[in-house]
Formats: sequence, C-alpha cells, structure tokens
Amino acid sequence: MTTHQEPEPGNDEAVATAAHGTAPAVVGDPIADPGLPPHEPRPTDVDPHAERRAERQVATLFGLSTVFAILFVVSYFAFDVGKKPTVIAGYGASNVALGVTLGLALLLIGVGAIQWARKLMSDVEIVEMRHPASSSEQDREDAVAALGQGISDSGIARRPLLRNSLIGALAALGLPAIVALRDLGPLPRGDLAVTVWKKGMRLVNDVAGTPIKPEDVEIGQLINGEPAVFYEDKPDGEPKFEGTRLNDAKTKAAIIIVRMQPGDITPPKGRENWGVEGILCYSKICTHVGCPISLWEQQTHHLLCPCHQSTFDLADGGKVIFGPAARSLPQLPIMVDSEGYLVAQSDFTEPVGPSYWERG
Amino acid sequence: MLGLVLTGGAFALFSPAQAETGQADQSTVAQGRTLFLVGCASCHGRNGEGILTERGTQYGPPLAGVGAASVDFQVGTGRMPLARPGVQAERKRVLYNPDEIKALAAYVASLAPGPSIPTASQYSVSGTDSAAVARGGQFWRTNCTACHNFAAAGGALPGGKYAPSLSGVTPKHMYEAMLTGPQQMPVFSDQVVKPSEKRDIIAYVKRLQSAPNYGGNALGNMGPVTEGMAAWIVGIGACVAFAVWIASHSVRSKKGAKA
Repeated sequence: MTTHQEPEPGNDEAVATAAHGTAPAVVGDPIADPGLPPHEPRPTDVDPHAERRAERQVATLFGLSTVFAILFVVSYFAFDVGKKPTVIAGYGASNVALGVTLGLALLLIGVGAIQWARKLMSDVEIVEMRHPASSSEQDREDAVAALGQGISDSGIARRPLLRNSLIGALAALGLPAIVALRDLGPLPRGDLAVTVWKKGMRLVNDVAGTPIKPEDVEIGQLINGEPAVFYEDKPDGEPKFEGTRLNDAKTKAAIIIVRMQPGDITPPKGRENWGVEGILCYSKICTHVGCPISLWEQQTHHLLCPCHQSTFDLADGGKVIFGPAARSLPQLPIMVDSEGYLVAQSDFTEPVGPSYWERG
Repeated sequence: MLGLVLTGGAFALFSPAQAETGQADQSTVAQGRTLFLVGCASCHGRNGEGILTERGTQYGPPLAGVGAASVDFQVGTGRMPLARPGVQAERKRVLYNPDEIKALAAYVASLAPGPSIPTASQYSVSGTDSAAVARGGQFWRTNCTACHNFAAAGGALPGGKYAPSLSGVTPKHMYEAMLTGPQQMPVFSDQVVKPSEKRDIIAYVKRLQSAPNYGGNALGNMGPVTEGMAAWIVGIGACVAFAVWIASHSVRSKKGAKA
C-alpha cells in the first residue's frame, strides 16, 4: 500500500477517535483503507509552455462565445420573421440562427470552464467530511422549550371556550370555499344524455354541409358527418349554433357514416333497421376518453382511436374488440326522408362520449 | 395471413365505384388485354374475374367495376403488379410506361363501368388561391389526418399496415386514391367530397409540402415520437458525453513527479 504523501483532514478525526478509545482499533480490519493514490501533477502544472497553451485555449473558447453572442444579436435584426420570413436551405433562418448562436455562446462558456478546471485550476485531492443533518441537542431542546412556553402562556388548555370557538371559526371558513367552488359551472344534469340529433334531421358532410343520399355513398366509403342544424340559420340570418354553443353541441353530435356490404353486417338485436342498405352511422366520439375517431379500415370494418388504440368493429354494432374503451360505440339509427336524403330516426339512444361518469 | 391479405385486397379493388364509362377505342382495349394476360391474369384471372384460393379466399380480386382510375392509381404508383404478397401493396418503381397503363386502364374499364381517370382540370392545383388552400386544410384535418398525419407524413395502422406518406405523390394519384379507396383507405366519393373540394385538399397538401420549416428541422413531422428520440438519444447522449469528459482522468506528467 502506498503511504500518504500529503496530510489529509480525515486523519485528524481518526486520531481523535483513537485517542478517546471508543472505537475498536483498525488493526483487525480485513480490508485496509487504501487511502488516496499519490498525487501526480499535470503537464500544465510543471510545463510553463503547456500552461500558457491551455490558457490560450480557454481564452479562445470564451472569445468564440462572445462572437456567437454578438452573432445572435446580428441575426435577431438581420433575418425577417412574420409574413415573409427569411428562408435558408428550407429552414426559417431566424429560428435556426438564433438557436444555433445562443446555444453555442452558452455551450462554449461551459466547455471553456471545464477546460479551465481540468487544465489550470488546482487538482489536489480534498476530503470533505460529512456532518449530521439534525440540529444540535441544545437547539432542539430550546425549540421544544419555546413551544411549551407558548402553549402555557396562551392558556389554550385552561380556556376550552376560546379553543372550541377558534376550531369552530376555522371550520366555518371552509363553507365559503365549498359554496364558491361548487358554483364555478353549471352541473351537466340531463345534457350528457342528449345531443341535438332528432327525428328527421339530415346527416351532412362536415365542413361543407352537403346533405347525403344513399346512392352517393360507395361501399367502403367513410363520411365525417354532422347534423344539418349546424349549417342552418335562424330567421334573422344568424346561425342557429355558433361560438362555444356550437363547439359544445359538436363535441356530442359528431358522427361517422360508413357503408359496407350488407351481408357483412351483423346488427345487434333490435337494430336490424337502423341502417340503410349497408350504410351505418356511429358517434365519432370514442367511449374511452372522448377523442374524435375517424381512422377507419374499410376492408376489416375496424375503427381505431388514435389516442389509446381502442378498436371498434362497425360491422358488429360498434363492439369494442381491442383497447381500453369500456362500451360499444353508440349507433345513430338512420333512414331516408321523402326527398331521398339520409336522416336520423331519433337522437342517440344512449349517452355518447367518454364513460367516466355514472350512467345509471 | 396470405388469404386474409388477399381478401382485403379484393375488397379494396372490388368496391363498386362511380358508374362512369370511359370510352376508349377498341385497339387500346385490345392492347390492354394483351398486357393484362401477360402481367395480371395469373392473379386476377384471364378475364379479370378474380381467382379464389383453395380455402375460398381471394388470391387476386375480381376487377369488374373497379374502373380506370383504380388501375391508373395501382399501376401508376407501382403498387401493382405486387412484388410479393404482404399486408399491404407498397409504392415502388413503376413497371409500365404511361401508354401501357392507359391501355390496361382502358381494358379494365371495358369490363364494367367504374370511375374513370380524372382529367387535369379536376386535380390541377395551379391557380388555387389561399382561400382554397385554407378550405382544403379544413377538409384535410377532418377527413385525412387521422391516418395520414397532420403533415401528410403517414402513420401506422394495426397489423403492420400503414397509411403512406404523401410526399412526392402526384395530384392525379391523390385524387384517384380518394375516388377509389385503395386497400384500407375509405372511399371519398365525388358526390360527398365534391371534385372542387378534392382539389382544395390536394392544393393544401402541396402547399404544406412546399412550405419551409420555419422552426428548423421538423424531424419527419412525426410529432413526439421522433422529437422524443432526438431528445433522449442526441440530447441526453450529449449530456452523458460531457459528464464522462468532466470526470475522466486528465493527462499526468511523470516529469513533475520526479522534480
């Protein structure tokens, strides 16, 4: 084993313990403390040329950092953003230049600092002893005494009237919080169970509002649909639904319309006449957590939710065949009106959307 | 698996399409039939009637009624002829020249009415204004992003299938894909998504693809997957490299020890 060439702070403590005689002697220790390896100097410690070279390196890194900081300011003003951004090699010049210059300015300071520490700062091994995390005995006793003094001075134990009325006052403070928070928004009440769909309302293509005839729909077709009412105006020319009311209604009423070979469909009991010639209509809102679904594989008749991979078989009543969704996709019963367009037979017969509330 | 795949393919190709008859002269049809007998009949049957496997599944689907548009898409993007059976026909080198594809399409269209190849005036996006592009974006986000990704970079489907990236796809082939619904893709008929709306969608995709990456490298526009990979592998990798450098032993001099 090597002998220590330098005094270590740790040794003082070891000597002190041995002097008290409370710890057993380390003679019997099967693995002797190897101590620290001998300190070997770096080239920069002994060679003045190497030292100056390292100094120049670090200064160069810091200097480059300064250059990049200045380039950051230059590119901030040089490159246009907004309607006609400057583009270099297919990238927005401003973003890329700002990111690269600021990143390099920061990085070079860090690299320079590490180089400085490794080459030039003192690298003599130093031992720092741990100390207990708790306060001293004296401090702890003082704190307990101060607390006891406070309790006895306030007389809270002797005056139950004050104590009980204080507890009562603090408890009553909870009431305003409960009342105010409860009033933050209206309770959903029956809204969760109904949508704007009703008997005779036309199914239209989303965005355009085109009404749909059965003969317009091919086998294997997918239509992202909405109720026609979102595209209708009130007598005064204003839309019947707009703003947040439109969004609220849309989140429940969005549908997908698909057409399959009628022979491929196995309708659940009681839903035999819910489709038109192989055209079926389902809620677009996943029954898991309510993502809109339209990832439809026309050959397998599977509808996949992109959020958590719940998969519904639309040829089989929207049954869940994979994933976390707990119940089938609600189906909208449809028929054809006197003008030949697809319309709803009624509203959805069950609540649409995620299944997180009680559906008694 | 093979049977399943081919059955799937059969449905895609067999989906009845818009009844439009593309009139083509008899010599083109005859030329198409010759090409068909050599390159397609081994799977699709000598008269495009389809071939069943022993288990009753589709070996090659019947082609009556798929229309010229379907042939132009499948052969024009290299998906047909299939290199090998698989979960999905992939886009690859096109094996027929434009005249041959036209002849094949004319022959298949002569079997039964089906959607014809769209004309340039239907799919050409030259002259579409920003309003059309914006409208196309609305349709795109409503109907297409679920599978093809918000930036048309494509995405995964169950069982090894995928929605392909639209990078480098011609407007004509995009139009035909919407019209015919190849493989797992649903049909978007002209009666529901009107030809002008289809053109707006194509204009939006083309604008999207030609737009510069204002924010820097988009990492394939695949969202958190590639961004996370970059952060973990490149970002954390660099941090680890720096930590190793900081803690590594630096060069020591024997000269000093003796001195």
